[in-house]
Amino acid sequence: MTKDAILGAIRRGLKRGPLPADQQAMLGGRLATHPRHLIPARSRLPRPDQVALFIHNVEKEFGTVERVPDLAAIPAALSGYLAAQNLPSRFVMAPHPELREIPWASRPLLEFEQRRAEGTDQVSLQHGYAAVAETGTLMLPSAPDRPTTLNLLVETEVVVLRASRIVGPYEDAWDLLRAEGKDTRSGGFMPRNIMFVTGPSRSADIEQTLELGAHGPRRLHILLIDDDPAALPMGDAPVAPPIAIPGGPPAPGD
Amino acid sequence: MHVTSPAFKENSARALANPGLQKALGTAKGAFLQRRATAVANLPEFEQLRNIGRDIKNHTLANLDFYLEAFEAKVLAAGGKVHWCSTPDDARAVVLEICKAAGARTVTKGKSMISEELGINHHLEAHGIQPVETDLGEYILQLRGEAPSHIIAPAFHLNREDWEADFRRLHTDLPADRIFHERRDILAEARTRLRERFLAADVGITGANFLIAETGSSVIVTNEGNGDLTQTLPRVHIALASIEKVVPTLEDATSLLRLLARSATGQDFSVYTTFSTGARRDADLDGPQDYHVVLVDGGRSNMIGTEFQEMLRCIRCAACMNHCPVYGAVGGHAYGWVYPGPMGSVLTPSLVGIDKTGLLPNASTFCGRCEAVCPVKIPLPKMMRHWREREFERHLTPAAARTNLALWAWVAKRPALYRLATRAASGVLGLFGRRKGVFRSMPLAGGWTAGRDLPVPEGGTFMARYAETQRRR
Ligand code: SF4
Repeated sequence: MTKDAILGAIRRGLKRGPLPADQQAMLGGRLATHPRHLIPARSRLPRPDQVALFIHNVEKEFGTVERVPDLAAIPAALSGYLAAQNLPSRFVMAPHPELREIPWASRPLLEFEQRRAEGTDQVSLQHGYAAVAETGTLMLPSAPDRPTTLNLLVETEVVVLRASRIVGPYEDAWDLLRAEGKDTRSGGFMPRNIMFVTGPSRSADIEQTLELGAHGPRRLHILLIDDDPAALPMGDAPVAPPIAIPGGPPAPGD
Repeated sequence: MHVTSPAFKENSARALANPGLQKALGTAKGAFLQRRATAVANLPEFEQLRNIGRDIKNHTLANLDFYLEAFEAKVLAAGGKVHWCSTPDDARAVVLEICKAAGARTVTKGKSMISEELGINHHLEAHGIQPVETDLGEYILQLRGEAPSHIIAPAFHLNREDWEADFRRLHTDLPADRIFHERRDILAEARTRLRERFLAADVGITGANFLIAETGSSVIVTNEGNGDLTQTLPRVHIALASIEKVVPTLEDATSLLRLLARSATGQDFSVYTTFSTGARRDADLDGPQDYHVVLVDGGRSNMIGTEFQEMLRCIRCAACMNHCPVYGAVGGHAYGWVYPGPMGSVLTPSLVGIDKTGLLPNASTFCGRCEAVCPVKIPLPKMMRHWREREFERHLTPAAARTNLALWAWVAKRPALYRLATRAASGVLGLFGRRKGVFRSMPLAGGWTAGRDLPVPEGGTFMARYAETQRRR
C-alpha cells in the first residue's frame, strides 16, 4: 500500500521502525496539551489598550471600526455607514441569535434576509466570534448561524463584534474555541472552517503594488459593541498611542 | 512540469537580455526587501521566533510518520478523506478520479506550488476538464501559457503593459478600445471574469501551507480571497499537500504563521488565514460536501536522514529569493523548474535529480543572505555546497571546470608559486581597472562578465595584507 511505502521510506530515513509505545504516548501527550511557544509581548496590555491596539491594527490594514454602546445602537450605525458609502440598504445577514435580537424595527428602511450569501449580494452583516488584538484579526468560525460565504461573496462586509471578545494573541482565541466549540461531526471543537480575516481583500500581483478589493470584499467595517466596562477608554485621558512597538509605527501604505 | 534546468546558462543569458523582465525585476525587488525589513523591525521577538520555527519543524520531521498518521485519523473523524501518493503520477490519477466522480466540467484552483510540481492543469485538460487558476497572478499566467516565476508572486516578471495587452487579447467580448486608467481597472476586470468561474466550478483545488495533526485541518493563507472562494463554493474541495506540511498543533502553526507573512510580504498577518476541517456539517448553509486531502511524497521521504533533510523545514515564504542577487538578476524562469532561487537550487536537485540540475547549486555567490533571512534558518549555502560536492564526486562537473580546478589546486599547494601568481594577477587587474572599480568585461571571461561585474582588486592580495597586519601587531 502507498501509505505503508511512504511511512516505510520515512522510517528508513530516520533509521528506526515505528515509534515504540512510550514515545507515541509522549507525542500524543504533546498533541493533547498543545504547549504554547513564545508569545510576542505586543498584545500583553491592559484591556483598554488591548482594544485600542485591535482598532489600530484593523485601520492599519485598511479596515474601519465604529464603537457603539450596545446592540440597540446597531441599526442606526449600520444605516449611517451604508448611506455614507452610497450603498443600498439591503443586506444579507447571518442567522445568528445575537443579530436577530437587534431591534431592527427602529430602522424600517433597512431590508435584510437571513441566509448564506449569493454572487449578487452587495453587503453582508456577519457575526464576529472573537478577534485578535495582536494583528487586528477577526476570527470567524463557520456555523449554521455564521455562513462562510458572507465573508467572501459581497463587496462590503460589516461585522458585529463585542469588545469582550477581543483577546490579545491568537493563542487566547484558540483557547476560547477549545472551551466553547462543539463539533457534531468529529466530537472535537473545530468547525468545518475558520477564517481569520485581517482587513479587506487585496492583491499586489500587478507590479507588486497593493490594490484593495481582489476577489473578496473591498470594504471591511466592524461595529464594535462596548460591552466590556474594563475595556472602555479611560476617562477623558487621551488614549495612549495604541501600541508600544519598538521601531516606531509602520510605514504608511505598507 | 518539464525541467529546463540543464539550460540554466542559456536561460539566464536570455533573461539578462530581456528588457521587460529586467524592468519588472527592478520594480519589484526593492518593495519586498523594504516591507519585510519593516515588519521584522516591528516584532522584537522575531529572532527568537525563528529558532522556535526551526525547532518545531525539526521535531515534526523527526516524528513525521507519527504526525502524518495522527493527521489522517483526525481528517477521517471530521468526515474527510486522505489519499497517500508516492509519485506525481499517483497524485494526478487521484485528483482526476475525484474530479470524474464529481462529474466535474470546470475546476477552480487556488495558488499551489505542489500543483505546479504535479502538472495538474495539463492532466485535467487532457481529460476534458477545464482548470481555472484564480489567483490573479496565476490567472494571467494561465492565459499566457506560462509558469510562475516566483513562489508567492507568480507574475513577478510581468509589467502593467503585459497585463493590459493580454486582457485585451483574450477577453475579446469586451470593447477592444476600453481604457485601463489604473491598475485597479485591470483588477476589476479579472474579478468580474473570475466571479463567474467561482460560481460555476464543480471542484475546487487548493494547496496547503500547513496541515495540523491535532485537528486534521488544512491551512491556506491568501490576500485575495480566491483560495477561500475556491474551497467554499464548489461541491468538492481537494487540498493538495506534500508530506512535510504537517505540524503537530494549532499553537505550532500559529508560531510559524507569525513568521510566514512577515517573511513573505512584510505583512503582520495575511488577509485570510483559513483552517479547513472536513466537509460541510449537516446544518451548515455553505461549504463543500466532500473534503479530500491528497498527500504527496514526490521524493521528499528520500531526503529524510540525508544532509538535505533540513530543506524540508521550508515554509515557502520566498524571502530567500527576494534577497538573492542571482534571482534578482535572472528572475525565476531561468531556474527551469517549479522552485527558483536559493530554495529551488537545493530542492530541485533533490526532487528531480542532480544530473539535470547540477548548474543550479552553482548559481550562487555564497553571499549568505538567503540563510540570514530564512525564517526557519535553513542553511541554504551549506546545502548548495553539498550538492556541488556530490556533483563533483559523480563527475558531473564540466571538463573545463575540473581542469581549471586541478590547475588551481596544483598552484595552491605550492605557496611560493601561489603568492607570486596571485600578486601578479591582482597587480595586473588593479592596473587596468583602478579607475572604474569594476570590470564589465574581461578577455577570455566574456561569458562570466556578461551577467556580472568583477570588482577590481584593491590594495594587494589577502596574504600580503594578512602578513602586513601581523607585522604591525
Ligand atoms: S528556504 Fe527559507 S527563506 Fe526560502 S522559501 Fe523556504 S522558508 Fe522561505
